[in-house]
Amino acid sequence: MGSNFAENHPVAFRFVLRARDNGARILHVDPRFTRTSAMSSDYVPMRSGTDIAFIGALINYVIQNDKFFKEYVVNYTNAPFIVKEEYQDTEDLEGIFSGFDPDKKAYDNASWAYEREDPVEPEGEPANLSERLAREKLAGRPKRDETLQHPRSVFQLMKKHYSRYTPEMVEEICGTSKEEFLMVAETVTANSNPERTTTFCYAMGWTQHTYGVQTIRSGAILQGLLGNMGRPGGGILALRGHANVQGATDLSTLWNSLPGYLDMPAKGAAHDTLEDFLRDKMRPTSFWQNYPKYLVSILKAWYGDAATPANDFAYEALPKTLGNHSHYKMFEEAYNGIIKGMMVIGQNPAVGGQNASFHRKALGKLDWLVVKDPFLIETATFWYEAPEVKNGSVKAEDIGTEVFYLPSTVFAETEGSFTNTSRLLQTKEKAADPPGDCRSDLWFTYELGKRLKELYKDSNAKRDWGFNHLTWDYEPDVNPRFKIQEPSEHKIVKEINGYDVATGAPVAGFGDLQDDGSTACGCWIYSGVLPEESLNRAANREGDDYQYLNWGFAWPANRRNLYNRASARPDGKPWSERKKYIWWDAGKEEWTGYDVPDFAATKAPDTPAVPGGVGLAAQSGKDPFLMNPDGVIQLFAPAGLADGPLPTHYEPPDTPVSKNILYPEQTFSPTAVIFEHLPNNKVHGANNSKYPFVITTYRVTEHHLSGAMTRWLPWLAELMPELFLEISPELASELGVHSKDFVTVETGRGKIEARALVTKRMRPLKVEGKMVHTVGMPIHWGYSGVATGSVPNDLSAIVADPNVYIHSSKAFTCNVKKGRLPGGVV
Amino acid sequence: MLTRREFLKRAGAVTAGATIASVSGINIKPVQAQVSKIKLQVKEGRQVPSVCPYCSVGCGMIITESEGKIINIEGNPDSPLNLGSLCPKGAAAFQLVENDNRPKEVLYRAPHSTSWETKPLDWAMDRIAEKVKEDRDNSFIEKQDGKLVNVNPALASLGGSTLENEWNYIHAKLMRGLGVVNVENHARI
Repeated sequence: MGSNFAENHPVAFRFVLRARDNGARILHVDPRFTRTSAMSSDYVPMRSGTDIAFIGALINYVIQNDKFFKEYVVNYTNAPFIVKEEYQDTEDLEGIFSGFDPDKKAYDNASWAYEREDPVEPEGEPANLSERLAREKLAGRPKRDETLQHPRSVFQLMKKHYSRYTPEMVEEICGTSKEEFLMVAETVTANSNPERTTTFCYAMGWTQHTYGVQTIRSGAILQGLLGNMGRPGGGILALRGHANVQGATDLSTLWNSLPGYLDMPAKGAAHDTLEDFLRDKMRPTSFWQNYPKYLVSILKAWYGDAATPANDFAYEALPKTLGNHSHYKMFEEAYNGIIKGMMVIGQNPAVGGQNASFHRKALGKLDWLVVKDPFLIETATFWYEAPEVKNGSVKAEDIGTEVFYLPSTVFAETEGSFTNTSRLLQTKEKAADPPGDCRSDLWFTYELGKRLKELYKDSNAKRDWGFNHLTWDYEPDVNPRFKIQEPSEHKIVKEINGYDVATGAPVAGFGDLQDDGSTACGCWIYSGVLPEESLNRAANREGDDYQYLNWGFAWPANRRNLYNRASARPDGKPWSERKKYIWWDAGKEEWTGYDVPDFAATKAPDTPAVPGGVGLAAQSGKDPFLMNPDGVIQLFAPAGLADGPLPTHYEPPDTPVSKNILYPEQTFSPTAVIFEHLPNNKVHGANNSKYPFVITTYRVTEHHLSGAMTRWLPWLAELMPELFLEISPELASELGVHSKDFVTVETGRGKIEARALVTKRMRPLKVEGKMVHTVGMPIHWGYSGVATGSVPNDLSAIVADPNVYIHSSKAFTCNVKKGRLPGGVV
Repeated sequence: MLTRREFLKRAGAVTAGATIASVSGINIKPVQAQVSKIKLQVKEGRQVPSVCPYCSVGCGMIITESEGKIINIEGNPDSPLNLGSLCPKGAAAFQLVENDNRPKEVLYRAPHSTSWETKPLDWAMDRIAEKVKEDRDNSFIEKQDGKLVNVNPALASLGGSTLENEWNYIHAKLMRGLGVVNVENHARI
């Protein structure tokens, strides 16, 4: 669901086909019949944006028909946990949860918490800062009912929450027939037990919604109930879309996080001192109890000798976020003149951002812009090639942005590693020097830092103290083969891996990191990639036919399947011989198997949780999900989400239906973020007759993203030269359109043209008693390069999920007319 | 002589004996490709292990280089991820390298100008550093609402998901070091 695996990850899809040839059933549930559908055992259509209703109905089917994996659910999930009496569900409050503040459009989650036993006083003195802070926050253990019968147990709350998500409701909301839905439900449940596992593969079709996070959670909840997490062939697999989107998230070029999924300090929180910050972030009954070790080690890596216990390891030098600074907020601040300069390195927001024309307006308000890319992409050329400049509504002379275009190396001309969608780090080597003044991104950032260091070196201002003490020595390890030398990959990887401050020797892994300043480590989850000076495990290249543990390095600790202790029963024996993966070796008294065990190596299955213990000591030998509080899957999330503890069906901000039939009072997610104040960014709302058709956007295999790495390549431009709109024969006949005719597509945000591609792959669905037509368009086009065309992203609105601020590009509405834009695409 | 498997297994191995590039890497020009009787040319080159820069599967590649030029890119049959195969994008990756559309000089557009000018790389790097400093010094917020925040609100950085881990790490470090909070990459969109 939510992905077109065959089209977008074709080389990995061959393994899916091998599984199919070995007897696996492949089901594809999707608004479009795609290449993935064609290769699957069955294709099931659905209306775009209704995944939570569909998966919610699967959850309901599993519960009502007693198809859940009882022993797994009781032991490995929070199904038995008791929630506070104050909690009220969407069933009680017509589509919202308790704690909602309509003025702020936000929840206070206090009522979603567990009922707890009295806390137990820990024994002895805390060994370190991490232990001391954990003890300060330690609450009593959650109350449980292992019979799952308590009316406020998570299991019973879920049962009630999803009770109206029936096959009939799926038919009404998703447009999927009851028979097709039941076929999916029966197939998935029959294939989930000690002998068999089911996996869900998803991509942007699940994430790019104003309730994207909750869609993923729906999948995780279902898989938890079915006992498919942490087991071979199970899980929910994110098919990520860029060579290193995983690494960029891990390390982290994102506004809200520091490397290794640590958070940025925030002005709005109690983060004044290092201890305040760590106390706030401390999760005392999970592995995250080690949080202080990882943050202090980053500060030591970044500020070196200047980071001391006396100055909180230079914590104050870190900037504090002032609010939300995510992508769309950033462009809003650029538009409003708060951001003066922007460096765009390997991204193309002028056509790739949602409501792309707004992005171009914001770029035109900047004082200066750096675009660093191998080709002259639209973000560099917007001031003379954008449609609004070509058609005369904006004049280049009126755009005051100073633009620097820096030509880049491509992947083959620089060294470094990418982290793939399976968390696997793989190095690539530099093959040749780049041409002319093309330079690597690493070179740019290192040289910029050196120049700034020089400019600031004489400053004694307090605010420059942090920058002046930032460690910045990555001088090249000269390779005589090349004329252009790169910053030292070795020095950077060693800093990321971590080292002992006193000796300078690399640490073996994150288990060695300390919170007293004796270790430095740039990114704890990558620790272990360089356990010795001369061994970069990301460069390991010895494959095998199963988990290839000697090919690359998978974080954390080279584990290939996360939470794999769940592949064994609570007593440590495999669930079945067929699905044997990690198990307890009673003779050797250790965990063993086909992967690196994701568990304390010698912690026996019958180890009890220590009363008053913190971190892993608070979890028993049968608690596999060690990053989670209490070591279990959180079917119900008492904290951590902005839009509710259980996924709930809402309609997208542009929807063809008149209301949410599950909760007529609450058609849209009450916490969805709508940027209504931005110019030219109106949402269409429910059943808007001006925009009667659903439109969904996607990729094709011959192009990548905004086309920045493909539309300039003649081979690929020739394979897929022109923008098109997929239309069903039924809709084409209504519009009088034939394949290859031009059509104009219009939304409240923009108007573009494309060639019609009339195909049975698109099929109308009956929803709310009427036929709802969906059209589909690839996202890759823009106004520069070899293959050019209208900008599909001019059509979508800037709206966002409240948890992670991802937008909604898979389900919005539009109108389609025969004919071209006046004057055509310029 | 080492087998390819042994050769590519070695971390950082760059000193191999000659290996032979496959046919697809030699006759790159479409005109030549249309010649019915392709004259097989054999060119010796150095093989370098690499990873595909497009989607997130991480297909292994082998790049062949000769006299400082990349002459071929193909799938690495030893990689358990792709067993030697590549999709159309990966198979076209050679044109990322050899491509007449690739600018090789820094281009500069002055405010309100209607054209590019070429500039020396050093000049651009110096000017960008000065712009960063100027805006930072003019806009820096040490305290807001009585709290120490140390934020440079005037600079934003966008990108990273197509770039190496090493860059992401040092770039995030530099941005935070300068007090920048507006840091994003494609993971959001």
